[in-house]
Amino acid sequence: MNVKPINELFKKDLVVINMGLESFADNLKDQKVKVLQMNWKPPAGGNKKIASLLAKLGR
Amino acid sequence: MKVDIEKANKEAASRILKAKPTVVDISTVGEAVPGMKKNMILHAGPPVTWDRMCGPMRGAVIGGLLYEGMAKNQKEAEELAASGDIIFEPCHEHNAVGPMAGVATWSMPTWVLENKTFGNKAYCTLNEGLGKVLRYGAFSEEVIAKLKWMETDLAPILKKALEKHGELDMKNLISQALQMGDEGHNRNRAGTSLLIRELAPYLVMLDEDREKIAKVFTFMHTNDHFFLNLTMPSAKCTVEPVAGIEGSSVIYTMARNGTDFGIRVAGLGGRWFTGPATMVDGLYLPGFTAEDAAPDIGDSTITETSGIGGFAMAAAPAIVKFVGGTPQDAVNFTKQMYEITVTENDTYQIPFLDFRGTPTGIDLLKIAETGILPRINTGIAHKDPGIGMVGAGLAKPPQKCFDDALEAFAEKYGD
Repeated sequence: MNVKPINELFKKDLVVINMGLESFADNLKDQKVKVLQMNWKPPAGGNKKIASLLAKLGR
Repeated sequence: MKVDIEKANKEAASRILKAKPTVVDISTVGEAVPGMKKNMILHAGPPVTWDRMCGPMRGAVIGGLLYEGMAKNQKEAEELAASGDIIFEPCHEHNAVGPMAGVATWSMPTWVLENKTFGNKAYCTLNEGLGKVLRYGAFSEEVIAKLKWMETDLAPILKKALEKHGELDMKNLISQALQMGDEGHNRNRAGTSLLIRELAPYLVMLDEDREKIAKVFTFMHTNDHFFLNLTMPSAKCTVEPVAGIEGSSVIYTMARNGTDFGIRVAGLGGRWFTGPATMVDGLYLPGFTAEDAAPDIGDSTITETSGIGGFAMAAAPAIVKFVGGTPQDAVNFTKQMYEITVTENDTYQIPFLDFRGTPTGIDLLKIAETGILPRINTGIAHKDPGIGMVGAGLAKPPQKCFDDALEAFAEKYGD
């Protein structure tokens, strides 16, 4: 029987980089899992008006 | 696209890096500053009328009118300021800059700087020290007396010493100061010391009363901010040549008058974009609290605009004792500013970051893309006229002025 490589992951200590909602990282921290929260925001901070102005400028 | 923004910004970056800010003279505002008039008062930030001026700006205007002998007391000065006979214009629109209220009047002495690469000049009055001073809105007799001494003794003596020394290369001095723990905005202890070292041999050679010369030395020695009024016009004449570069999104002015925070963008000419001046998160002098503070004020953000000041805080960890935060915060501020700038300085370097050049040339489009606002450190004035400095801290500009500028930029250059 083939063992899927992903199963190997669960035999090791998890090393997690979280991108996006910080609460996901907080949940892992609560379970004593090492997690690095990436400092990331959607382009223009998710502001549609700013994003459309940037698009007009080819960005 | 109607223009090549990247190319325009490269040109802007190149002009900023090529600048050679140099002290060439000490003159008076009336003689040197273009467009100055006897009934004109220059002030910090974007344009503002008397009725909209904040407390410290009003205090400095009252003090300026008393200093010029145009009013005998506070009441007369307030009536004159409100009468319409006094013209109020931004320092920035006269190639000048002024810290805090930034008030400059006809008789005040001014540093004269020239950007030797492009030939443009910049002006700034001489620094009065901290505490109860005009630029923080104080106007008592002792404040006016000190300003008079600066006019009759300090400036003429320094002018003579400067003539003997010859022109001062500010790029060299600022780059040295950054390597000695200054950032050129709220920490200028090294720069002030370097200036004294430069001028000392020529000051002692002057045919002047020794006590007068000693008083000049003592005044500079006891005022760590003396060099600020040189870093500011250096920054001003450094960034000014980018004004008007078609298609450039580089910001060449950030300034506050205590009511509004204003910016100007290279590709949008002289147009101001403003938002409400914000409150400063800071440390307070004994006896004062955040409730005493006026909103963010002054042209000193020209330092950040040129790639020093808050943008070079990693060079000045000790500044956090003055403006708050931790040394790690200071490093983080500088690192974050690389996200919103177009280049790294080839002269102003930060030892702690392996001598990496300071983040230089703020890009309006990068601010919009990342949502990161420029980091500013600043002094805090009392909200009422006549009191003076109450602390120092860190400020964030209002988002609105950047959003409005982006809209205008997209309208002019977008598809």
